Amino acid sequence: MNNRVGSTVLEAVKNFQWRKNIIYVAFLLTIIFFSITLGHLGFNQPSNLLNIARQCSSIAVMAVMMTFVIATAEIDLSVGSVAGLSSVIAANALQHYGLVLGVLAGLATGLVIGLINGFLVAMLRVPSFLVTLGMLSLVEGGARWYTSSLPIAIDNSRFNTVFGGGQVGPIPDLLFWSLGATAIGAFVLNYTKFGRQVLATGGNLLAAKYTGVNTAKIKFTVLVFSGIAASLAGLLYAGRLESGRFQWGQGDALSVIAAVILGGTSLFGGRGSVVRSLFGAFFIGLVNNGLILAGLDVSQQEVVQGAIIVIAVILSRKD
Amino acid sequence: MSTLVQLKAIQKSFSGVAVLKGVDFSLESGEVHALAGGNGAGKSTLMKILMGVYTCDEGEILIDGERRQFSNSLEARRSGIGMVFQEFSLIPHLTVAQNIFLTNEFGGKFGSISDKEAEKQAHAIFESMGVEIDPRTEVAKLSTAYQQLTEIAKALAQNAKILILDEPTSSLAADETEALFALINRLKERGLGIIYISHRMDEIFTIAQRITVIRNGSKVIDSPISALSAVDVIEAIVGHKMEANLEWKKRETRKNPKVLLSAQKLSDGRKIKDLSFELREGEILGFAGLMGSGRTEVLNLIYGIDAIQSGEIRIEGNQVSLKSVQQAVGLGIALVPEDRRKFGLVLRHSAADNLTLPSLDKLRSSKILQRRKIEKFIVSMVEKFSIKAHSMKRDVVMLSGGNQQKVVIAKWFGTSPKIMMMDEPTAGVDIETKIEILDIIRNFADEGKGVIFISSELPELLAVCDRILVLRNGNISEELLRENIPNEKYLQMATQGGTYE
Repeated sequence: MNNRVGSTVLEAVKNFQWRKNIIYVAFLLTIIFFSITLGHLGFNQPSNLLNIARQCSSIAVMAVMMTFVIATAEIDLSVGSVAGLSSVIAANALQHYGLVLGVLAGLATGLVIGLINGFLVAMLRVPSFLVTLGMLSLVEGGARWYTSSLPIAIDNSRFNTVFGGGQVGPIPDLLFWSLGATAIGAFVLNYTKFGRQVLATGGNLLAAKYTGVNTAKIKFTVLVFSGIAASLAGLLYAGRLESGRFQWGQGDALSVIAAVILGGTSLFGGRGSVVRSLFGAFFIGLVNNGLILAGLDVSQQEVVQGAIIVIAVILSRKD
Repeated sequence: MSTLVQLKAIQKSFSGVAVLKGVDFSLESGEVHALAGGNGAGKSTLMKILMGVYTCDEGEILIDGERRQFSNSLEARRSGIGMVFQEFSLIPHLTVAQNIFLTNEFGGKFGSISDKEAEKQAHAIFESMGVEIDPRTEVAKLSTAYQQLTEIAKALAQNAKILILDEPTSSLAADETEALFALINRLKERGLGIIYISHRMDEIFTIAQRITVIRNGSKVIDSPISALSAVDVIEAIVGHKMEANLEWKKRETRKNPKVLLSAQKLSDGRKIKDLSFELREGEILGFAGLMGSGRTEVLNLIYGIDAIQSGEIRIEGNQVSLKSVQQAVGLGIALVPEDRRKFGLVLRHSAADNLTLPSLDKLRSSKILQRRKIEKFIVSMVEKFSIKAHSMKRDVVMLSGGNQQKVVIAKWFGTSPKIMMMDEPTAGVDIETKIEILDIIRNFADEGKGVIFISSELPELLAVCDRILVLRNGNISEELLRENIPNEKYLQMATQGGTYE
């Protein structure tokens, strides 16, 4: 009897898809590890955990669309800078034209940049790596220029509540944004024709084309929505920090890509999971928070984050 | 004359299936030795063993009388064996000279490499070959014929004494072929031994002195070419193995069938010139022709992959201008492409996902994919096409070749097309599956749909087609009704451009 249970467990361990589910293991182990080592500093206090959820909301929202982008075997390096520019454009519009136009202006920023990225990649067939790397610099410089490197304060309390400090009971609004974006993304990827075509495009471009998938349109659409998701992430930064600033989102592309790869999405395209990307984002949030509590400074955090990404990429080769 | 290569009693099996059953082959210096055989006969396996790509299970390889066993193709190259592949192994953005001396570069000053010296040497090689190519040209800018000459120069630069040419004329024009033959004759006079792999009888009889034919992994002929006729060779290649299994079943043909597809004077500006044909309801139309005859290119025009330069296509009488695959699929055209791994399947996705990809529209309601509809669809497809899979949820790459091919075929029949185009749908498939696939095609045509069927295996064409168009050099050279074709040899001769009495 005991033997049978034992062999069933062994079987389950053997059949466990490590590469696919490693993010859940990593997530749990990190919580356990920090709870033990940093418990006395308040790591496992609910308030700290909810704070982590708030802090990774922007990364999580960008990771949803990055999952689609990477699943088509493309990349979007411009997301962080788009978030920054959207935050300043929204902040400015909020001050002059009010809530609705402010939010729309922010989202329109990402839409326009996404359209340009999508056009260059899908229609002119420039590699997305180069297009979005150039866009990263262009947009970041633009935001800096536009604001003369100064922050723009936001005193629209409605905006700051909905996109920032608001709560429903004990749950922060920002967590709803990440969960909502993830739910929509996961639904689209798994239960719609578009989602299937995204995966087919990344899995074998030629076969998808010969099967009648409009692969150029798929790549275009995915990059447009990646821009929009990045500007929503910018609004979440603006609401949480009650200001627009070019620095919001700086360097986020790396964290977002790490979250997606840790979540098991193949860098070579064809496979992806939005839910696991969310856990990837939470994982990175946990690590950052733990490192801060442990007293490491920003530069040391960067070193650890870089190491995580390299490890994630090594793992992603093996599927 | 000295013996350059001797292969003795070579045996090779792949996962228990014997591909070579003790084949002998030899090559003398100053000889062009043709190697012929049907698809899957074992000739490319034999050459890969000579090149060190595979190791043989049993048998001996003697090079210049010395026993050798190459563990990789680099060793083979160093021992003087050069191979010109069907798909060229050149790097497009390097120059001709840089390609010829790749990994054998000449040293220049301060540890750099000298392109100048390479260009000088390349020029000398081309001069000895009697061809004019500027060694400084980027390879990408050369025509196919010149790329092939560069490949040969590359082999000569490594002092090749043995040259393997695999279907070297398949993408050459007539005058280019003549130039290649002149070169082969010059190389022969210099004492090289040349192994010439080809399906084309006229070429074999023009250029070769000796021929070996392999069928089913065994040598069936090794003889001076002068002792044989083209018919002898074709009979040796064909054998009688398939004939019993693949019998022609005459089908009821419709009276006054509508024309489903009509192509008028199609040209693609490259291969296809003024090609016209019609496909009718309930008809299975075969395209016969050698590799490079333009078979695949015609399908690409009708499927919206390549643009038509001139001519027109009508679908059920309406003129269409096809600009994309989506458009062709929307008109009820389907294509089972030639290379299933490259064009047909997303190998790392499940068999189920591959099967549903072109049919997603009818598997959803209010934009949401319906699991129940999908499962029902998959079950019906698995049943109808008897796909044998441990689980349809596993990656399609885990299925056998035959079942992979069934997935590609089933996914298109699942879209209920009006016109089904199939390019070598039985390649790499076992005989049992082959017969099943042919039955699927017959049943589909019986429903009043149209089928265009391409195959290099003539017995298959003869088993299912109502009418066969013979393609040569991008045009239709002959139209044959099935009942007027007495046997396979007749059709074989037609694809070769001759007649069989």
